[in-house]
Amino acid sequence: MLERLTKLLQGIGNRTIERMWRLGAAARFSFYTLVYSGESLRRPWLIVREVYFTGVMSLIIILVSAFFVGMVLALQGYNTLQKYGSSDAIGVLVALSLVRELGPVVTALLFAGRAGTAITAEIGLMKATEQLSAMEMMAVSPIARVVAPRFWAGVISMPILASLFSMTGVLGGYLVAVPLIGVDDGAFWSQMQASVDFREDIVNGFIKSCVFGVACTFIALFEGYDAPPTAEGVSRATTRTVVISSLAVLGLDFVLTSFMLSP
Amino acid sequence: MERTTIDLWVGIFVAAGVAALMGLAMKVGNLTTSGIGDTYTVTAAFENIGGLKARAPVKSAGVVVGRVDGIQFDDKTYEAIVTLKVDKRYEFPKDTFASIYTSGLLGEQYVGLDAGGDSVALKNNDKIAHTQDAVVLEKMISQFLYNKASETGDAKSGDKKQAEEK
Repeated sequence: MLERLTKLLQGIGNRTIERMWRLGAAARFSFYTLVYSGESLRRPWLIVREVYFTGVMSLIIILVSAFFVGMVLALQGYNTLQKYGSSDAIGVLVALSLVRELGPVVTALLFAGRAGTAITAEIGLMKATEQLSAMEMMAVSPIARVVAPRFWAGVISMPILASLFSMTGVLGGYLVAVPLIGVDDGAFWSQMQASVDFREDIVNGFIKSCVFGVACTFIALFEGYDAPPTAEGVSRATTRTVVISSLAVLGLDFVLTSFMLSP
Repeated sequence: MERTTIDLWVGIFVAAGVAALMGLAMKVGNLTTSGIGDTYTVTAAFENIGGLKARAPVKSAGVVVGRVDGIQFDDKTYEAIVTLKVDKRYEFPKDTFASIYTSGLLGEQYVGLDAGGDSVALKNNDKIAHTQDAVVLEKMISQFLYNKASETGDAKSGDKKQAEEK
């Protein structure tokens, strides 16, 4: 009995210490990424290449899901709003929920699944095949050459993707609300413009997406860089990227929203 | 540095992102509608502003002619001083009536301007003399209940009197 208890406590202690090691490593890793950022910003074509792989290649999934999210929002919103005789407010509902919450959050979740996993797997495999060590042998810092450009590419891509998501979602909602359901065209846009504030809603959504971009990209990079150099290790790291990124996005969303909504 | 198709795609991507943000600001947000252009400022004192907020619309005959710029509390008169920014294109007589209305039954509150008959127009930093407070629903309900109660009270005492007469 006592032996079992000691084992349990030892297990908890070991895991806590392991977490602390990883946390410290993550902090050091983020510090190095920022330090070497200057070097990679001086070679912008590396960042442009990564923006292509993380941003442009994610466009299709982002745009298609945004379109459907917008259409579903309009359908569901109409269903409830018409009970209160205010189906004209459907534009407000679609725009506010997209710009404030769904745009940044769903984009970040999709981004973690589409681009984050790719980053983790790529860096994990680079490590497993000792490409990173080879770079170090040639006195090229892998953080400056591989990690920092991907970091900045993610940070740049994310707000752009989120803006495109919100805009496409609003268009999708428009297509369902106006031609399909028959809500008045003018009421749709004018009520939306009357209720959506540029500073309070659009800029806050933009800030959210920037924060999510930093979080998602950093988690993907660190998991890849820290992955055990085996096939299993890389696969586990990829899974962890999606899980941790999603949880981080949802948690950060709550924190950011509570800051932004408090008067 | 050689140009590649990747550069082109990234360029298109960034341009589309900027366009989407502009679209959000212009088409979805109120960046275009909030800029009324040149304005002049008038103030109005209310005893109760209800749920009026800064940036609420100022309407006359249902048309938005300005916005509420700020709301302060005056601790001398214990009144709320509401600063209104009104579009320069519109002039209002000096005896204009400012009231706080609610759009719809439970909608947002706004300031309504009802023009009077004075020939002198309101100027910058003028004060609107005639105001009407916001309707506070609780006050109205309690007044209604009070009236109702006194009515039924009268009726009851009337019944008693009739009974005594018999």
